Amino acid sequence: MIRIHKVFKKPRYLVLQQNTSTAGRASAQNQAATQPQVHSSPVIPNGLWGKCEKCGTTIYTKDHIKNHKVCLNCGHHYRLGARERIELIMDTGTFVETDAGLTTLNPLAFEGYEQKLAAEREKTGLKEAVVTGYGKINGHNTVIAVMDSSFIMGSMGSVVGEKITRAFEYATAKKLPIIVFTASGGARMQEGMFSLMQMAKTSAAVARHDQAGGLYISVLTDPTTGGVTASFAMLGDIILAEPGALIGFAGKRVGEQTIKQKLPDGFQRAEFLLEHGFIDQIVPRKNLKLTLSRLLRLHSRL
Amino acid sequence: MLEREKDIRELKNKIEELRRMALEKNADLTEEINILEAKLGKMEAESIRNLSPMDKLALSRLVERPTTLDYIEKIFDGFIELHGDRKFGDDPSIVGGIARLGSLPVTVIGQQKGRDIKENVRRNFGMPRPEGFRKALRLMKQAEKFRRPVICFVDTPGADPGAGAEERGQAEAIARNLMEMINLRVPVISIVIGEGGSGGALALSVADEIWMLEHSVYAILSPEGFASILWKDARRAQEAALKMKITAQDLLAMGLIDKIIPEPPGGAHRDPDRTAAAIKDCLLQVPFDSMLAQGEELPGRRYEKYRKIGSFLESDG
Repeated sequence: MIRIHKVFKKPRYLVLQQNTSTAGRASAQNQAATQPQVHSSPVIPNGLWGKCEKCGTTIYTKDHIKNHKVCLNCGHHYRLGARERIELIMDTGTFVETDAGLTTLNPLAFEGYEQKLAAEREKTGLKEAVVTGYGKINGHNTVIAVMDSSFIMGSMGSVVGEKITRAFEYATAKKLPIIVFTASGGARMQEGMFSLMQMAKTSAAVARHDQAGGLYISVLTDPTTGGVTASFAMLGDIILAEPGALIGFAGKRVGEQTIKQKLPDGFQRAEFLLEHGFIDQIVPRKNLKLTLSRLLRLHSRL
Repeated sequence: MLEREKDIRELKNKIEELRRMALEKNADLTEEINILEAKLGKMEAESIRNLSPMDKLALSRLVERPTTLDYIEKIFDGFIELHGDRKFGDDPSIVGGIARLGSLPVTVIGQQKGRDIKENVRRNFGMPRPEGFRKALRLMKQAEKFRRPVICFVDTPGADPGAGAEERGQAEAIARNLMEMINLRVPVISIVIGEGGSGGALALSVADEIWMLEHSVYAILSPEGFASILWKDARRAQEAALKMKITAQDLLAMGLIDKIIPEPPGGAHRDPDRTAAAIKDCLLQVPFDSMLAQGEELPGRRYEKYRKIGSFLESDG
């Protein structure tokens, strides 16, 4: 219950807890028992109102979500989780998830990795950094793989590599197109060389799909860097990107530390890649589903 | 030179000095000399056996360590270097060309580091740019056309992470190599001779067999970069090198490489000829003729080799 007089007291932001993710529900309930809180950090809106991290405009959360997390004022594309992405792209009720039961081992016996994974699962409600499956986009059958940067930066270890590979193999076997939404900081450090080798494995699966004449569309979303960019992300027959997405090979910090040279701002953005000929088109989120379904239709083999 | 090698050299000098003194002053120093010699023997044995991952990383980066061109000269005959990617330029951090292994024509490609600052600047410290990877791919496709085996020498800190490389599609160049190398219908052998760094190394090592010299390393990222990403502190490289499992021995145990080629005591730089001979012996044992005859089957076998790499559990949803 919000009391009227508290509303008129004008806290900087009035925050109501939302119950969107299953993972957050328990903690949300705990906090709901306490009074509405004053929240001053201008990050992605957690409550009714927020401030755009790019342009600073006040954002009404409900509108923001309805607009698929694109700022109504400046068009800044916020990152979407894998589930949100699937909901946005796939026809309602058609998505069937595959290989959801894969969980990574700890091949290097890397200290703290299991705890890290457990914490990430709890935080995101996901089992790993990619969700794969199949379904329909405006009636067209397709396989999809959707990465989620909120899970250890969407990094690719054994499970991500295996799921992507299986998705490609499934698409090849069923003669279906495949769409991969990338969002990743690169190969997963904690699995060492096993992660690096996933680059070769996934690229091999792309090669097979390619040889079989299958369509592969990659959609690069913010951020796509490192080993994922340097493998399947850059190998699409058609490569699309979301506006403003960070796309590159070397992470800025690694690049600057390795070559001791400051890198210019904005040089790894989608627009930069388009200009240099490495992607086909930048597609605003609101047009993405239509663009994809049109491409699928043009490639449908009836 | 490694610290340990300096210590050994110092001790050797000391023993020499004692011997000279014993002769000059006609004194009996046999006991002292014996003690020191025993110590020297122990140190030398240890310097070979007990190399930590960080020692191996240092060895793999040693300026004196033989490079791709050294091995090409010692292993093959009649090397003809070929330049350029036919798109943008020629990247001196990757060398490639045609040569003979015995009587068999082969394509040889490898990352090339420099011996001094001037050459290292020209060679970009062995960090390939997109045009280097594209040159490598061009030469591989050429090898496929003329049915020559491909032999790659891997020795790089990693692909160039600079702005120019990004501009010309570093990620695309590496990805393209991974995708195309899987399908090559000629044998591909990759040998890590020094530092196998990240995607830049991988782009020359999608192969039928991956070999490593005894003290070489192969890592997802330089330990400095690894520490910088995970702990935001590049100075914890030592700790990273330990945890990353980057040595040839670790990687063979995990089934990620196929063979370790022994180095002379103290490392490849102590006896480059012997190291080259060991590599050549291994190469001469590869049944290249029958592999070339079964060229169509190579992509399938290579696919299976990489397909099975992964460490995961599977349960129902």
